[in-house]
Amino acid sequence: MLNKAIRSDFPVLVNNPDLVYLDSGATSLKIKAVIDKMKDYYEYYGVNIHRGVYSLSHKATTEYEETRDVVANFINAKPEEIIYTKGTTNGLNMVASILGKTLQKGDEVIVSELEHHSSILPWQHLASEKGLVLRYVDLTVDGRITLENFKATISPKTKVVAITYVSNVMGYITPLKEIIKEAHIAGAVVIVDAAQAAPHLKIDVKDLDCDFLAFSAHKMLGPTGFGILYGKKQILERLDPYEYGGDMNDDVCLFEASYREVPYKYEAGTMPIAEAIAFKEAIRYLEKIGMDRINEHEKDLIAYAMPKLLAIPGVEVYNPTTDTGIVAFNIKGVHPHDAATLFDQNNIALRAGHHCAQLITKWLGVTGTLRASFYIYNTIEDVDRFLEAVKATVSFFERIG
Amino acid sequence: MRTVEQLYRQVIMEHYKNPRNKGLKEEAGYKKLRLKNPSCGDDVTVQIHLQDGKLQDIRHDGSGCSICCSSASIMSELMKNKSTAEANALIQDYYKLIKGEEPQDMDALEEAQVFSGVAQFPARTKCATIAWRALDALINGSSEEDNDYEQS
Repeated sequence: MLNKAIRSDFPVLVNNPDLVYLDSGATSLKIKAVIDKMKDYYEYYGVNIHRGVYSLSHKATTEYEETRDVVANFINAKPEEIIYTKGTTNGLNMVASILGKTLQKGDEVIVSELEHHSSILPWQHLASEKGLVLRYVDLTVDGRITLENFKATISPKTKVVAITYVSNVMGYITPLKEIIKEAHIAGAVVIVDAAQAAPHLKIDVKDLDCDFLAFSAHKMLGPTGFGILYGKKQILERLDPYEYGGDMNDDVCLFEASYREVPYKYEAGTMPIAEAIAFKEAIRYLEKIGMDRINEHEKDLIAYAMPKLLAIPGVEVYNPTTDTGIVAFNIKGVHPHDAATLFDQNNIALRAGHHCAQLITKWLGVTGTLRASFYIYNTIEDVDRFLEAVKATVSFFERIG
Repeated sequence: MRTVEQLYRQVIMEHYKNPRNKGLKEEAGYKKLRLKNPSCGDDVTVQIHLQDGKLQDIRHDGSGCSICCSSASIMSELMKNKSTAEANALIQDYYKLIKGEEPQDMDALEEAQVFSGVAQFPARTKCATIAWRALDALINGSSEEDNDYEQS
């Protein structure tokens, strides 16, 4: 269990001492070091990057590029394989767009019902536009993706596999390494949605051997509006740019232009500079704690919470075997939005609805779920308050209903 | 002080479990409008039969939270046999109630007064008004189907 003292690093927790924040799956709270770093940029060297010859611009550029090294080291990639984006959604759409151009009618794309909308909708759209065939991996009775079911879905026609690392509803970890190996044997490119993985697990893109991997800064203590797309250099080099404009070009003539090297050909226009600069503070903070300890902390909280939650009559848990800090559940006979209002009354913030993953909600056969997602700043006391609120919600609706 | 008891009255849960006028009619003379809130899953279709400037019948169907479904049920009972002018006045008064403002004629809202507590829960005002907005649109013009309600 991590030391509770870290809560003082989060201004939202300091300013809301009674808050039990269980919605880190939607966005994490931010550390002061990130907020201060953004403020520093705006107050001391808030100028554009890559363009100015003057020293302030050099300072901004150095800070901006330093994040690329920190991120590369964090996921075991090379800095030139780190593309800055607006977030996971932007990164996944970018890959679908640049890779989609190389696909032909009849090519198959494998996805799953565990995908967040941002991992499925770009491919669903491309499939209808280009005549690609979308194929879904069968989930197990628990709702998991297995290597066995993946192997039953893949074919020589499979060109792309777009798959989640950690499900944002079920909290399951996909057996990616084995799946990627199989996909590569079939000649497919693998795109990993790591939005729910990067904040919680040690990611090693070399070990996974994935071709693309996207995540968001805001789910891992960093700023909103910023994210990372990792892509293998040799693949990125042969694909077209995504957007055309300033800073991504090399030589521009009347009727043709050449573009900068990877990753810069994918970073057109003025990027979220303050966010990029500040994100490294979030990663440094996570690395200082250690991803293994973060994962262990979440597991400890779940190990404490799950049996107690399962023991409350009237509660239905959809992922009792969750691998991460995500619990999806409902109170029988109570719409998740009605329940969420009761939690809010107890100053407990959690998510209700389909969590931008309607396919798994439909797979579960429900209109929505409640989702409690735990992170580094949550404590045993938070779990106790949460369990008390679950009991209070059950009895409230029993009483009035 | 806001309390959940102000929001969830027994009558709301009663209408949620036993909705009145639920289920759409296939007969001629009806028009309907479906509104959805994709962010939370509220999905309501309201159907009316307007004749001689009066709401001869009003039906609803769909799924959602207790606030959404019960407000559709209570609205359907309140609006039956009302003229369009009366219905419009009630709709406007109901919007006021939900915003925490004083309705022109509180008594005329009858059972719908139980939604006064929603004003203390701004996150739930869309739930309480979705069926009423559908009726508003049906009476005052639009009857296209599958209009997406704005996201919250």
